[in-house]
Amino acid sequence: MEPLLTQTAERPVRANRTDEPVIVFRNVWLAFDDHVVLRNVSFTLLPGRLKVFLGASGAGKSTILRIILGLLRPDDGEVYVLGHRVDQMSESDLMAVRAHLGMVFQEGALFDSLTVGENVGYRLYEELRVPPDEADARVAEVLGFVGMADYIDRMPAELSGGQRRRVAIARAMITRPRILLYDEPTTGLDPITALTVDDEIIKLRDLEGVSSILVTHQLRDAFYIAEHEAVQTGDRVRFRPVSPERAGNTEFLMLKEGEVAFEGTADELRRTSDPYLRAFLS
Amino acid sequence: MIAPVEWIKSALLEVQEYLRLTGQVARGTVSRPFYVRDLVMQLELIGIGSLTVVVLTGVFTGMVLALQTGLTLDQFGARSVVGRLVSASMVRELGPVLTALMVTGRVGSGIAAEIGSMVVTDQVAALRSLGTDPIRKLVVPRVLAGTIMVPILTVIANGVGMLGGLVISVTQLRVAGSVYWSNVVQGLFMPDIWMGLTKPVIFGFALVSIGCHVGLRTRGGTQGVGRSTTNSVVAASVAILVLDFLITKLLMSLLY
Repeated sequence: MEPLLTQTAERPVRANRTDEPVIVFRNVWLAFDDHVVLRNVSFTLLPGRLKVFLGASGAGKSTILRIILGLLRPDDGEVYVLGHRVDQMSESDLMAVRAHLGMVFQEGALFDSLTVGENVGYRLYEELRVPPDEADARVAEVLGFVGMADYIDRMPAELSGGQRRRVAIARAMITRPRILLYDEPTTGLDPITALTVDDEIIKLRDLEGVSSILVTHQLRDAFYIAEHEAVQTGDRVRFRPVSPERAGNTEFLMLKEGEVAFEGTADELRRTSDPYLRAFLS
Repeated sequence: MIAPVEWIKSALLEVQEYLRLTGQVARGTVSRPFYVRDLVMQLELIGIGSLTVVVLTGVFTGMVLALQTGLTLDQFGARSVVGRLVSASMVRELGPVLTALMVTGRVGSGIAAEIGSMVVTDQVAALRSLGTDPIRKLVVPRVLAGTIMVPILTVIANGVGMLGGLVISVTQLRVAGSVYWSNVVQGLFMPDIWMGLTKPVIFGFALVSIGCHVGLRTRGGTQGVGRSTTNSVVAASVAILVLDFLITKLLMSLLY
């Protein structure tokens, strides 16, 4: 495992990466009692790519994120994260893998009793025992990245829904994880606020080179993220329609009753003739 | 309506999960990482936070005990030994049990509600995703704090209970303070002290670990949190009374 805080914010992440998949699902099955949640699900996530999981409620999207994190174990199949097989790993070994993962939970899941700054720096202060000055600087840096630097001393209860999600993104990226998992980060947000969260996801994909999985049923956000890219000029970040060479960096995967019903690019999804997918997109 | 077989299976599952939790807590107390700041915070919350309610419980229990026993003792012309009854009752039985029940109502329910709402809002899952073991971070500090603070609170409750008995003995029963105190001391023997200190250690562990267990098993949103809060108080209160009988029986055969 790599050290977590050795790279600088300006590091060329993409130059370090290999083309080895960072996540591999192979024939994964999971059932809760008689209800089969995942049926023979297989996919891979390549470094620096974003995979958008679409599907109706209860299709098994969030379950996949929990399996990747090791919060749930599949009944059958194999799950590899950064080359480590996590579906059979002990909880203590999983902690080492989780150090390279960041998760943005639905509604943010911020710790109620901690300030925004303490939430964001939780891993640095509580687990990694990073020197306070270094930790404070990193917290300020990531809060600046998501545009929440002025809210460092606020309590989560004082934040709006969109602000909570952005703080949750900041918390997830504090140790520069190689993989970020987003569980419905824009659900329940108004379109304008949702756009600010979408922009953070695009920035992390394009500027930080983070591999990510986005679970959502907000089609508007999913297509916006897939069809836009972030470009940095000096301190300024601009968002523009994605260039053809970067269009393949985001793929869609549609789940239908626990099975993979579609896997492909935004363009392929738009052109699909499958009746279920068409109904979902309409 | 749940079938009896299903009920037994789910009860056994609860017991199994509870025992697993206590095993994890035992491991968490002897191996790193330790969350010392959380322990200090819980010592304050459980100890200092429960002081008022425990003092009130102790003082009024001591007072009512003196009143009731004073009346009965009068029939035998033995009013002067009221101190002996108050001290023995408080130290051996009422102090530990009533303190534990009050702490269950105040702290056990709070722990179940707090951890339960953390579970239903994914904060516990977030802890795990950030590399923190929720047992070590949430459960171990609370259980240790409960195991340490309930005996201390019990000693305080016993002390103020005896003071309450003194007030009633002097003002209502017209027993001299010096007579009351000498009877208090004469009424206590080493086995009583051992019993009075052993019980709250076990009660403190039980009430907090039950609160944590019920909290961690919370399902079903805010309604589930409410259910967990009620369940933790009921389960811990019953457990305290059952444990009280078992410990009393065991210690009586060992110490007396």
